[in-house]
Amino acid sequence: MSAGGDFLGEVQAGVGARTLSSGMAHGILVLDVEPQDLVPLVKDLKGAFGFDMFLDVTAVDWPQRRPRFDVVYHFYSTRRFVRVRIKTRVDESEPIVDTLVPLYGSARYMERECHEMYGIGFRGNDDLRPLLLYEGFQGHPLRKDYPKQREQPLVPYREVEP
Amino acid sequence: MTPGKPAQPPVPRGAFEYLSTRKDEFVGWARKFSLFPYPFVTACCAMEFMSVSSTLYDTDRFGAALPRFTPRQSDLLMVVGTVNHKQAPILRKVYEQMCEPKWVIAFGVCATSGGFYQNYATLLGIDRIIPVDIYIPGCPPRPEMVIDGIMKLQDKIAAERHPIINEDF
Repeated sequence: MSAGGDFLGEVQAGVGARTLSSGMAHGILVLDVEPQDLVPLVKDLKGAFGFDMFLDVTAVDWPQRRPRFDVVYHFYSTRRFVRVRIKTRVDESEPIVDTLVPLYGSARYMERECHEMYGIGFRGNDDLRPLLLYEGFQGHPLRKDYPKQREQPLVPYREVEP
Repeated sequence: MTPGKPAQPPVPRGAFEYLSTRKDEFVGWARKFSLFPYPFVTACCAMEFMSVSSTLYDTDRFGAALPRFTPRQSDLLMVVGTVNHKQAPILRKVYEQMCEPKWVIAFGVCATSGGFYQNYATLLGIDRIIPVDIYIPGCPPRPEMVIDGIMKLQDKIAAERHPIINEDF
């Protein structure tokens, strides 16, 4: 833990110029960036600090806040056994960030999932078809304003005699 | 009759030579002990399905042991686990591929009513898309409940009409 903490301290100092703020949370280094600084920052993390595994991209919906969405990335170093979390913010009017597919191939699937669930667009990812949902599904079910009881059945329901 | 060999003993009167019954009762009796389940298994209820179908609880006692993994060879569709909207067309197609006569068991509370799910993904009970004969609630159901459900289905089959020659024949 202490060795990992020292390494994350180096990372924090090394990428500090690109971040708005940074800190430690539960042993994870948390970096806050502007959307346009995301790709250069991830390039640094991958190239200079060896974060070679892309764990996840997801989003957080804050319905009352402007900008409305957090886009959250997690990366892992399989040599140092430490994680880093990157947060950036996009607004509902243009919920688009740059894709990470050129850096991490596994981002292709995770960006698809984030796109269908939250409606976040990924500039440069040319394959944002639904992954878990189906063609024709309307709306983004993990947004807070998606009605909990809304159903979009693919098979018409039976007419049941009373 | 060959000479030297003793004659066959005559059949005693009053023995069990003829049986008269109703055709529906007879066919129902035959069908209720010859269920071929198709396990449409999607979720954690599968563990309970394995438990109830293997040696300790042994659905073979009810003639419902041999799972057929093609719907065309089965007559009992056991929907075991949560079915979501994306999977509903598959379930509907499997049901339509089964030959008559066929019965459906909703195994577990998710197949029965959606259970604790109420969201964009889950079908709230398979009876919204296919007819269901027996509902077995529980999360998961105890094996005794499954056996009780199978016995109730057997009673239902035994009491049904079983048209063999009908106007379409």
